Amino acid sequence: MAVIPVKRRSLTLVERTYLPQIAGGMWTTIKHFFGPADTLEYPEQRPAIPPGYRGVPTLVKDPNGREKCVSCQLCEFVCPPKAIRITPGSVPEGAGIDQVEKAPQAFDIDMLRCIYCGLCEEVCPEEAIFLQKQYSMSGYSRAEMVNHKDRLYELGGTLPDKHFKWDVKKAAEKSGGEHH
Amino acid sequence: MIDYFFGLPSLVQGLAKGVAVILIIFPVAAACSMAERKVCAWIQCRPGPNRALPPVLAWIPGIWILQRIGLFQLMADGGKFLFKEEPLPDHVHKLYYVLAPVVAMVPAFTTVTVVPFGAYLRPGGGVIPIMLANVDVGILAVFAVASLGIYSLILAGWASNSKYPFLGGVRASAQLISYELSMTLAVLPVFLWVNEPGSAGSLSLARVVEFQSKPGFWGGTWFVFTMPLSALIFAVALFAETNRQPFDMPESEADLVGGFHTEYGAFKWSLFFVAEYANMIVGSAVFALLFLGGWNLLPWLPLAELLGKLHHLTGSEVWLHPLVAGLLSIAIFVVKILATIFVFMWVRWTVPRFRYDQVMKLGWQKLLPLSIANLIAYTVGIYFLQQ
Repeated sequence: MAVIPVKRRSLTLVERTYLPQIAGGMWTTIKHFFGPADTLEYPEQRPAIPPGYRGVPTLVKDPNGREKCVSCQLCEFVCPPKAIRITPGSVPEGAGIDQVEKAPQAFDIDMLRCIYCGLCEEVCPEEAIFLQKQYSMSGYSRAEMVNHKDRLYELGGTLPDKHFKWDVKKAAEKSGGEHH
Repeated sequence: MIDYFFGLPSLVQGLAKGVAVILIIFPVAAACSMAERKVCAWIQCRPGPNRALPPVLAWIPGIWILQRIGLFQLMADGGKFLFKEEPLPDHVHKLYYVLAPVVAMVPAFTTVTVVPFGAYLRPGGGVIPIMLANVDVGILAVFAVASLGIYSLILAGWASNSKYPFLGGVRASAQLISYELSMTLAVLPVFLWVNEPGSAGSLSLARVVEFQSKPGFWGGTWFVFTMPLSALIFAVALFAETNRQPFDMPESEADLVGGFHTEYGAFKWSLFFVAEYANMIVGSAVFALLFLGGWNLLPWLPLAELLGKLHHLTGSEVWLHPLVAGLLSIAIFVVKILATIFVFMWVRWTVPRFRYDQVMKLGWQKLLPLSIANLIAYTVGIYFLQQ
């Protein structure tokens, strides 16, 4: 390996006074002084949320306005901090979701426990739970920080569905064909 | 009104003037702390404190400007310091602990008495400085009284009876002693030059400004041009004397928590702060008087000449009124002080703190020999110049 001798120049007198360096530093700071602020003044200005952001977990409805969750409880079981608590129930009569057999009677997510890991979204076979863009959760009491079912649907809204898998299955059953 | 004032006994007059000056310096010093936060914020690309606004004032149009510059934050902070609980730790020496902030304030406000902050023209001609006491000791009084301020730091450090404040106090005393010498030696050439042979000797600061207001090339030159090295040494020593970064040894929040005021809180703590800024104001004022021509707007343009030109240009007699001249001179001087204070803050948020041994080395091995050499050189030069 070649040895490259590095010439170490000793400081000149001007450099040793330290004054040009201070002047240079002051030039830099004065540029920042007159430059624009980098601060995002939060409540008035909001940050741009990038796609794929993991915000507050929400329940979504399909484009027909039907509840997608079938209360399989996979998310409840996978949830590392045990933030999700589901009480399964049967589908109420006339709710328009008779393509499935079950729906959650109660669906609570304790946002004081939730760690926003997104495993519930990943595990959901129905694509019913999504971590969406809402990033600011606050409340005055512990009870307020628990999102109940109606709140979860309010936050979630409706997302497009590519499959409508239960509708497809039902149609196949009706026409006497094989299940998927 | 004016006649009534001058009819009062001189003691009452002096007291009234002193109280008036303190009433101005105290809020200005407090406002400097907000200015510091804002300058810091802008340098760091932040907006700084800009939220506080009393809801009852929110309807006033344009009040958001005051809100954005943090005026109400300053008031809120001041109110908080006044009303919050005064903690008195168990382990302190109570008397000295309470005494220290008071001792800090006294020299800070006393030095103002010999600092002129403006001038007005006598109808018959001649410039009269506006100051509390135009005494011949002038700069000597400033140095003597200002160096008393160090006692508050030592007292606070010692009375707090805990390690960090103690170290802060020790550092403060060592630093002050080291830089006091160079500071005094740096201003001596100015007074050698001002006190020409044949004139009555005086160390008055007003005299220095009068000298810088003389007609002619050498008369109108500010001392910062003729004595740049003196100005530099004085400025560096001033940073050290006022405990400003990069000479922030007594406080050095990185290694000493808060230095001498670690154990202080509430109003006592804020007194230290106000004293620091009052010291800065007086220090900047002395710098402006000695080296930046005091209340003269530009070099080679003394106040009297400026007023004469304004009178000539506008044809208005108002410029020759003593009140206008006085206010104009005070305004010019205050702008200079504020500019100097801005440089103080600007340097603070630019230069990192020196290590303690570097501070000592700079003071004793660099500045002191430099100021002695500077003094000798100027003594010889002035001798031949004024022969």
